[in-house]
Amino acid sequence: MIGGLFIYNHKGEVLISRVYRDDIGEAGLKAEQPIISRSVPKPVSCLKRNAVDAFRVNVIHARQQVRSPVTNIARTSFFHVKRSNIWLAAVTKQNVNATMVFEFLYKMCDVMSAYFGKISEENVKNNFVLIYELLDEILDFGYPQNSETGALKTFITQQGIKSQVPTKEEQSQITSQVTGQIGWRREGIKYRRNELFLDVLESVNLLMSPQGQVLSAHVSGRVVMKSYLSGMPECKFGMNDKIVIDKQGKGGGSEEAAKSGKQSIAIDDCTFHQCVRLSKFDSERSISFIPPDGDYELMRYRTTKDIILPFRVIPLVREVGRTKLEVKVVIKSNFKSSLLAQKIEVRIPTPLNTSGVQLICMKGKAKYKASENAIVWKIKRMAGMKESQISAEIELLPTNDKKKWARPPISMNFEVPFAPSGLKVRYLKVFEPKLNYSDHDVIKWVRYIGRSGIYETRC
Amino acid sequence: MCDFPFFSLVCTGEIFELKAELNSDKKEKKKEAVKKVIASMTVGKDVSALFPDVVNCMQTDNLELKKLVYLYLMNYAKSQPDMAIMAVNTFVKDCEDPNPLIRALAVRTMGCIRVDKITEYLCEPLRKCLKDEDPYVRKTAAVCVAKLHDINAQLVEDQGFLDTLKDLISDSNPMVVANAVAALSEIAESHPNSNLLDLNPQTINKLLTALNECTEWGQIFILDCLANYTPRDDRESQSICERVTPRLSHANSAVVLSAVKVLMKFMEMLPKDLDYYGTLLKKLAPPLVTLLSAEPELQYVALRNINLIVQRRPEILKHEMKVFFVKYNDPIYVKLEKLDIMIRLASQANIAQVLAELKEYATEVDVDFVRKAVRAIGRCAIKVEQSAERCVSTLLDLIQTKVNYVVQEAIVVIKDIFRKYPNKYESVIATLCENLDSLDEPEARAAMIWIVGEYAERIDNADELLESFLEGFHDESTQVQLQLLTAIVKLFLKKPTETQELVQQVLSLATQDSDNPDLRDRGYIYWRLLSTDPVAAKEVVLAEKPLISEETDLIEPTLLEELICHIGTLASVYHKPPSAFVEGSRGVQHKRLPGSAGSGESADSPDTGSAAGVSEAPPAVIPSQGDLLGDLLNLDLTPPTTSGPPPAPSSGMQMGAMDLLGGGLDSLVGLLHRTDTPQSPQLSHQSPSPPDYSPTEVGPGDHAGPVKARSPAMGAGFGAPPTAMPASFPPPVSGGLDDLFDLGGSVGMPMGAYSPPKSIWLPAMKAKGLEISGTFARRAGVIQMEMTLTNKAMSIMTDFAIQFNRNSFGLAPAGPLQVLTPVGPNQSIEVALPLSTVGPVMKMEPLTNLQVAVKNNIDVFYFSSQYPISMLFVEDGKMERQVFLATWKDIPNDNEAQFQIKDCHLNSDAASSKLQGSNVFTIAKRTVEGQDMLYQSMKLTNGIWVLAELRVQAGNPNYTVTCISKERCVHQGSSYRSNMLEF
Repeated sequence: MIGGLFIYNHKGEVLISRVYRDDIGEAGLKAEQPIISRSVPKPVSCLKRNAVDAFRVNVIHARQQVRSPVTNIARTSFFHVKRSNIWLAAVTKQNVNATMVFEFLYKMCDVMSAYFGKISEENVKNNFVLIYELLDEILDFGYPQNSETGALKTFITQQGIKSQVPTKEEQSQITSQVTGQIGWRREGIKYRRNELFLDVLESVNLLMSPQGQVLSAHVSGRVVMKSYLSGMPECKFGMNDKIVIDKQGKGGGSEEAAKSGKQSIAIDDCTFHQCVRLSKFDSERSISFIPPDGDYELMRYRTTKDIILPFRVIPLVREVGRTKLEVKVVIKSNFKSSLLAQKIEVRIPTPLNTSGVQLICMKGKAKYKASENAIVWKIKRMAGMKESQISAEIELLPTNDKKKWARPPISMNFEVPFAPSGLKVRYLKVFEPKLNYSDHDVIKWVRYIGRSGIYETRC
Repeated sequence: MCDFPFFSLVCTGEIFELKAELNSDKKEKKKEAVKKVIASMTVGKDVSALFPDVVNCMQTDNLELKKLVYLYLMNYAKSQPDMAIMAVNTFVKDCEDPNPLIRALAVRTMGCIRVDKITEYLCEPLRKCLKDEDPYVRKTAAVCVAKLHDINAQLVEDQGFLDTLKDLISDSNPMVVANAVAALSEIAESHPNSNLLDLNPQTINKLLTALNECTEWGQIFILDCLANYTPRDDRESQSICERVTPRLSHANSAVVLSAVKVLMKFMEMLPKDLDYYGTLLKKLAPPLVTLLSAEPELQYVALRNINLIVQRRPEILKHEMKVFFVKYNDPIYVKLEKLDIMIRLASQANIAQVLAELKEYATEVDVDFVRKAVRAIGRCAIKVEQSAERCVSTLLDLIQTKVNYVVQEAIVVIKDIFRKYPNKYESVIATLCENLDSLDEPEARAAMIWIVGEYAERIDNADELLESFLEGFHDESTQVQLQLLTAIVKLFLKKPTETQELVQQVLSLATQDSDNPDLRDRGYIYWRLLSTDPVAAKEVVLAEKPLISEETDLIEPTLLEELICHIGTLASVYHKPPSAFVEGSRGVQHKRLPGSAGSGESADSPDTGSAAGVSEAPPAVIPSQGDLLGDLLNLDLTPPTTSGPPPAPSSGMQMGAMDLLGGGLDSLVGLLHRTDTPQSPQLSHQSPSPPDYSPTEVGPGDHAGPVKARSPAMGAGFGAPPTAMPASFPPPVSGGLDDLFDLGGSVGMPMGAYSPPKSIWLPAMKAKGLEISGTFARRAGVIQMEMTLTNKAMSIMTDFAIQFNRNSFGLAPAGPLQVLTPVGPNQSIEVALPLSTVGPVMKMEPLTNLQVAVKNNIDVFYFSSQYPISMLFVEDGKMERQVFLATWKDIPNDNEAQFQIKDCHLNSDAASSKLQGSNVFTIAKRTVEGQDMLYQSMKLTNGIWVLAELRVQAGNPNYTVTCISKERCVHQGSSYRSNMLEF
C-alpha cells in the first residue's frame, strides 16, 4: 500500500510529508542520490528524506519532460499528479493498486479544495495542520479510508475539532456515519425549503478531417446536483435512456412511449456516485439513491451516437510561395436559431516562423498572439443556423528548417444551452416517508449546458 | 547534532524558544508551539531535541493538540525509543476513553509508533479495540493488526490476533469487513503458504454482500481479494461474475479496474459456448472505454492495462479502435500507449482509418512519438497483408520528407516488410539508397546494409555502397559490423568475380582486427565455408529465410497470464511481474489464471498447461527484449550446459588455424557417428534447443539481438554442424545453419532419433544366399534405410539395385544403392540408403508396411518390412502453443486413440527430452494431482499433424497416451510404444 505521501511546491520544496511505512526510501535510494539538499538533517528522518529527495531530483527537477506519471527509482515507485504549481506524490515499495493510488490522489485534492479552496502553495502552508489531520483520517497505514467530505466535515473542521465535548449520541452518530452504509449523508438534516438543482453538463468532443469527415466524436456528460433536502430522502432519477424507454415501449405499447422513443438516446456507458445502488441499476436500469447533502456529481456518461455537433469548422489553408500562408476559416452554427451560443473562441495555429498576420473577420474580435503561436478569434454570442468567417494572411520568415510545419488542428471553445447528446431529464422523484413533505413540495431546477471538450478540426 | 555550524546555530536558538513555549501554561500558546514544531519537522529541520517537552503536552483533552503531538511522536519515536515509552501510558489510557474517536486515534497512532518495545504494551489495548462496540474503532484496530504484524509478525501470531481478524470478516459493518480483508491480504502476502485468507464459498458470499455496502476504497480491497479466489466450478464462477459486474458502473476507476480483473480471471473458467460468456465480453468494453475519459494519469494506467487485456482477449475491444485515436493535447505517455493499442487492434476492417491516423501522427513534434508512428505503419503492413502496398507508399512519402529520424525509422520497418513479402516491393530500393548518407543510427544502418546485401543482384553499385560502409568498419557498432560481414559475403556469392577483394577485406577485418568474439567467429565460419565449399556456402548463406511473425512485442504468455492477475496494480503498469520490482518475500508468489471449465478433461488443458509450465520452454512467440528480461526473472533457468564437444571446436576456431579446425571437426564427426542412440540425450545438449537457451529466442529480430544472446547460439552451432557437414550440407540442415549464422535464431536438430535394432528382412534361404538385415533411422533429418548385405552363397554378388513398391507415405530411394565393390562369399557389407518421401503413395495394410525389391547379378528378390513411424516425424513438428490448442479442440473425439505403455521407469522430463530426440515435441506440461501431463506434437513427412497427450504418474511405470489427429491413424500407438520401449 501507499508508503508515504508528499506535497511539494514548484521548486521541489516539501510542504507536507507524511510517511506511513518505513520501507520507502531505504538503502537503494541513498546510494543513488548524492547530497542534494543541505537541509537534510540527521539520521533521524533521513530514511524518508531520501525518498523525498529522489522524487525532487528525478521528477520535479528532471531535465526532460516527464514521460510517465509513475516513476520507479531504485525499486521505489512514485505516483504523481500536479495541481497548478503543486505536486502531490505518493510513494510505495509494493505492488500496489496503481489505479487506486491515482484515484486517491485526486480524491485528496477534492477534499482539500472542499476545505480551503484552491490548492496553492499559500493555502497548503496555511492549512498544514488541517492537511495532516485529514491525511491521518483518510489514509491509515496507506489504506484509503472514508474520504467523503460530507462525513469528514462532521468531525474535522478548520476551526479545530468541532464540538469539544460532544455528547455520546453525537459521537456514535459520527462514527456510524463514517463507517456506515450511507457514509455520505448524516441524519437529521433539516431545510425549511426543500430544493434541488440539477445540471446536465456535457462536453462534446470532436475530431474532424479537413474534408469535413467526422473522425471521432463523443459526448462525455455529467449530471451534477445540489440538493437541499430534509431527512434521508430516497430519490429516483429518470432520463431518456434508450434501453429504459424501449423496455417501457414493449411493455405498455402506449403512444407516449412510442413518441418519446424517438428522442431517446443510446448511452454507451455510465458511472455513478457511490450513493447510487449499482445492483439495482444493473438489474432494472433504474437510478435510485439517497443523495449526499449539498454539491455532488451523480453520474457521468458517454455517448457516441447521434451527437448534435453545435459548430462546424471549415478551414482553407493555402501556401503562397515560401513566405506566405492564406488561411480562411468558416464556422457554421448548427442548432435551433432561437438558441444562443456563448463564449465562442476559435484558435487557429500559426507556424513558428510567423512574422506578421493580417486579419479580417465579419464578427467578433480576432488577434494574433505571437506567444501562443495562434490566431485567437472570439465571438461573444452567436445564434443558431448562422455562419461567420475569418480570413488571415500570414507572413513567414524564410527558414532553412527542413522539417515541415506540423499544422496542428484548429480548436474551438463554446458554450450552448442544450445537451449535444440529446439527453433529457424525465423526472427526479423524491420520497421521504418519515418527514411530512412530498415530491410535489420539492422545488426542482434543471439546466442544460453543452461545452466544447476537445473540439478540433484538422487543416 | 547538526551537520553545518550555521544550521545548528539557528536550530539551537529556535529550539530554545520553542521549548519555552511548549512548557507554557497557556493552552493556546502550547498549541501554537506544537504547530511550529510540526512545521519545522515538515520542512526537514530536526526538532527531535524537543521530544520530552512535546510528549508532555500529550495529556490534554484538546483533541486537536493531541493529534499534533501524536503526529510528532510518529515521526520521532523511532529515533528515541526510550523516551517513546513515556507516551505509552497515555495511549493505554486513551484506549479506554469514552469517546470512540479518541479510542480509535490512540490505537491508530500506537500502531504507527514503530518501536519494538512499545509493541508489547500495544497488545492489550488492541485486543480490546478489536472487540470494541463502535465500528469506527474496530475498523481502525483491524488495520492496526497489519501494522503490528509489520513490526513483529511472531507476536501477532502468538497473541491470536489473526483469528480475531478473520472473525472480523463476518462483522456487521461493511467498512470493518473491508479493512479486515485488506489487513489479512497484506499479511497473507508475506506468508505465501499459510492458508490465512482461506477463501471458501461462505466467506466469498460475505465479501460479496459487503461489496454492495462499503465505501469505494473498501470495494477495491474486497475486489482485489476476490481476485485471489479460485472458484470450484463454472457455475460458482458465473454467479460471482454476476454479482461483480454492477461494479463496472462505479465512478471510481480503481473499482472498475479491480472488477475487470476479477471478471477477466473468472471468465477463464466459463465455457465459451455459454450465453453468459458472450454477454460478459460485451459488458467489459464500455467501462474500459470510459476509463479513457478520466484524468491523464488514470488514462495511462488504464491504457497499460488495456494493452494486456487486448493481448489476452482481443475480441473485447475489436470494434473500439476509434477511441484510441490520439488527441493533439494528450500527454506524451498517453499518446505512446494509445499508439501501441492501435497497432494491436489493427485489422483488415479498420486499416484504412488507422493508416490515415498514423500518417497524421508521423508529422507531429515529439520525436519518440513520430518514430513509433512510423514503426507502427510498418507493423500494419506486416499484420494486414491487404494494406501492405498502401503502407509502403506511405512510408515512401515519409522518406521524401527527409526528416532524418523519420527516414531512419522507415528504413528499419521497410526491411521487415521485405522479409514478410519477399520479391514484391523491391522497386523501392532505389529510393532507399538515395538516403544512405543520412543514416546515422546503428539500427537503420544495419537495416540498410541488410537490404543491400539481400538484393545485391539488383543493385548495380552494391559493391560500392558496401565498400563505403567498410571504410569506418571499426567505428561501427557490433550490430552494423555483423550485418556488413554477412551482406558482403552474400554479395560475393552473388557476384563472385568483381567482389573478391572486398570479401577478403571484410573477412580479415572481422577475424584479425576485431576483439569481438561474435564477429570473429562469424567471420571464421564464413571464411571456412567459402574456402572449402562455395556451393555449400551459397546454400547456407543465401538460404530461404523463415517468415517473420505478424505480431511483435507480444508479452510472453506465461507472463501475460500473471499480469492479467495483477490488473490495476503497478505490475500491470510496468508490465513486469511483482518480483521484478518488489523486495523481500512480498509479491514473490506468482499468480496464475484458473483452469478452464472441466480442466480434468483434455480439451482445454493445454491452455492451463501453459500456465503451469514454469519449467517449460518459452513458446515460439518472440518476446521483446524488455519482456524477455521479465521472463528471465520469472523462469528459474538452470545455467546452460555446454558440456561435451562444443568448446573444443570453438577454441580451435579462435586459434584461427584452418587445418586444425578441419581436423577437429572431422574427428568430431566420427565421434558423433560412433555414438549410438542410447547416449543421445547427452548429445542433444549441443543442438540449440529452445528449452535451455531462451536467449537464442531473440531470433528474427534480425541481427538486432544483443551480443550476449547470440553467443550461446553460436557456441551451440558449433556442436551442430559436424553431423551435417560430411553429407555436404543436405538442404534442411543448411537452412538451419543459415538461421544460426544469419539470424542468431535456432532450429533444433535433434540427433538421437530412435531407431530399432536391425532385424533380418530377407533370410538367405529365400534369396539364393543373399541375406539382408536392416533397420530404418532418421539421421540429421534424412530418413535412411540401413542394411547389412551378407553373401552366404559361394559366388560373388555384384550389380545391386533396389526398388520400392508404392507405399503409404511415398517412401522411395533417394539415390541408387551404393554397393560399389562386389561382395565376396561370406562377406558382408553395410549400406545406408537415403530415402525420400516423394514417391507414389498407396495405402498399405498395415500402414507402415514397405515392399522392397532387391536385384543383384543373380536374381530379383522381394521382401517386406515395417518401418517405425517415428522416422517420419519431421524436425519442424513443434506446433505453436495456440495452434496446438486450437487444433486439439477442432479434432473430433473419434479420431482419438488411447493406449498404455507399460514398464517405463522414466520421469516426465526425461521422457520428454527422449521423445524430442525422435522429433516428438513437448508443447506444454502440466501437473495435476501428481500426474504429469505432457502435450506433444509431431508432424509426419506428408504434413499430417499428430497431437498427443502423455500422462506420467510418478511411481507408476505405466504411461497413458492419448493420440489424436485429423486423419485417423491408430497405428500411432505402435510407434509410441516402440519409442518408449527403447527407454
